[in-house]
Amino acid sequence: MGQLDLHGITKSFGTVDVLKGIDLTVQKGELVVFVGPSGCGKSTLLRMIAGLDQPTGGRIEIDGRDVTAVSAADRGLAMVFQSYALYPHMTVRANMAFGLQNTRMPKAEVEARIADAARMLEIEPLLERRPGQLSGGQRQRVAIGRAIVRRPTAFLLDEPLSNLDAELRVTMRAELSALHARLGATMIHVTHDQVEAMTMADRIVVLRAGRIEQVDTPLNLYNAPANLFVAGFIGAPGMNLWAGKAVGGRVQLDGGPEISLPGAADGPMTIGLRPQHLRLAQNGPLRATVALTEALGSETVVHCAFDGGAPVLAVIPGQPPLKRGDAIAMDFDAASLHVFDGTGQRVTA
Amino acid sequence: MTRALAFLTRRRGGPGSIGGWHWTDVVTFFWLGGGLILMFGPALWLILSSFKSPAQLAEFPPSALPYEARTAVVEGYDRPLPLYVVQDEAGTRTLAEVRRVGTVAQMVDPANPGEIQKVNIANRTPDREVGFAVENYTEPFLHFDFLLYLQNSVFVTTVATLITLLTNSMAAFALSKYQFPGRAVVMLVVLATLMIPLSVILVPLYSIISGLGLFNSLWGVILPTVATPTGIFLLRQYMLTIPDELLEAARMDHASEWQIYWRIVLPLTAPALAVLAIFSVVWRWNDFLWPLVVLSRKEVYTLQVGLNTYAGELNVQWHFILAMTVVTMIPVVLVFIFLQRFITAGIAGSGLK
Repeated sequence: MGQLDLHGITKSFGTVDVLKGIDLTVQKGELVVFVGPSGCGKSTLLRMIAGLDQPTGGRIEIDGRDVTAVSAADRGLAMVFQSYALYPHMTVRANMAFGLQNTRMPKAEVEARIADAARMLEIEPLLERRPGQLSGGQRQRVAIGRAIVRRPTAFLLDEPLSNLDAELRVTMRAELSALHARLGATMIHVTHDQVEAMTMADRIVVLRAGRIEQVDTPLNLYNAPANLFVAGFIGAPGMNLWAGKAVGGRVQLDGGPEISLPGAADGPMTIGLRPQHLRLAQNGPLRATVALTEALGSETVVHCAFDGGAPVLAVIPGQPPLKRGDAIAMDFDAASLHVFDGTGQRVTA
Repeated sequence: MTRALAFLTRRRGGPGSIGGWHWTDVVTFFWLGGGLILMFGPALWLILSSFKSPAQLAEFPPSALPYEARTAVVEGYDRPLPLYVVQDEAGTRTLAEVRRVGTVAQMVDPANPGEIQKVNIANRTPDREVGFAVENYTEPFLHFDFLLYLQNSVFVTTVATLITLLTNSMAAFALSKYQFPGRAVVMLVVLATLMIPLSVILVPLYSIISGLGLFNSLWGVILPTVATPTGIFLLRQYMLTIPDELLEAARMDHASEWQIYWRIVLPLTAPALAVLAIFSVVWRWNDFLWPLVVLSRKEVYTLQVGLNTYAGELNVQWHFILAMTVVTMIPVVLVFIFLQRFITAGIAGSGLK
């Protein structure tokens, strides 16, 4: 139970194409995260899986059954909304019971399921309260509880952590992951926060402008981004991306130094290098001037610029004694370079 | 009490004031005092007048308080005699009037009933004390079908309000939560009916009611009034503020559209429903023209129409009209006193009055 297949999903609002052909398979028990900048269509896609919106074209299958024309209620999915959408006039218990009562489930069974979920989420003392009397984190749990009691085929989570403060978000992230492990249910989680995506997902679907840019495990996305967009989107701080031109195995970066890159095809290209892969070296090939340092204690984020003007971001472990205006030299391993061709696609060595 | 007094007499004072009175204090007290008199004066006058006897109502100049003539039982006379304070060359004394002939009254001293005194009526004033003509209230209850009219009024008000709340909230739900072609047009047409006063549609409405056989029936009063553009607009504006995510959550929760309306939207619209209920109660309770047109048999009169029977062609029984007006005002006043919080919230929320 819980496999989900999307075949050529498209969605247009009037003349605006929001989704331009999405093909995706979510395996049973998988936690898949849709991530992308706002307006990329990730929430729209989730709403179509939920059945709240109809796709303009394409087919949605749950466990091999075509559900494209099936109503939201009958797809057997549960959704956690960004605003939680708890019924404000009902107690927590009534909120959780509402969906079950609508299916005419026997009272004893309803009570048992609520008790189960409440124990799992540790919201037992809150059952008689109303949503207005709960804190953000508690509301979040109740919203998840309301989904759990339904025993759905899959959970759909629409930016469930975005309304929480930073500290709580980290806690809830871990709790959601633990919950996923315990329930073993299929989950689709939508977020614009790539850290959330990296930490929680079995697989990440990176969306941009209505298309899937890449689908892979978090580490594969990090280690081998398929294109410039994914390279820039995944990882914090973002990857250094330098445009340049390759001639005879050497790349001249715009506003930067020349780097040797044996085997590179001649023509325009982009070189990517994660800030963490730069290190200070007396005679390194990359010479730059420090513009700003952000000391985080265990590491220091150094904003600097090549002599030619191109910006460089480096994350140096520890607390190097650097200050604005210092001239530094940096080195890197050739293996950690990411190379993208003129169209922005990854060049595999 | 002292705190209330301190609050009411609080002034701005300060620099530029004369004797603690800034000019804004003067304007404020004048404005608010004037408003108070303008608003409460007529109501107070109505209540005081409702306790006056017919003779006193006809008196000129009118008195503010209701008075009753004092009477005395005098030996040798069957009826109690009215007392007068007589002031002439013989001094000031209280006498009872036996009879009056022209400008001369024959009076007796209650202490000395044997001797008749002749007094010029210019020299005497009625001996009166503040007294309430309670019979203005009790008489209609005993001899007038007040309770029947009250029952009719309560029925019309309750049923009309319930139907109003139900139909208007359903219309508002559809107009606020569903996307369909022509939605804006429907809303516009509904609102446009606000521009048409009852008097314009009185005759066609009458033919419809008559054609449906609802003439002289309370349902004929109720049904034409239940669909109110004000109510639909007020509820729709409120429902627009209910997030769609709640409805979607309910849809995911297997709720039918009716359940969404009945169990999610309606409870959340309660504050706006309360406002509309108050408005509806006041409107239906005070309705006069339409019930007057539809109801012609006494048994189905509502209070407001019933009151009208005191105003005959030749004789208007003001004392009963005033007293019963006070009685019919009571429910509306109670509604305002206890629910004014909702009313102001509703007016502020909808921009309507």
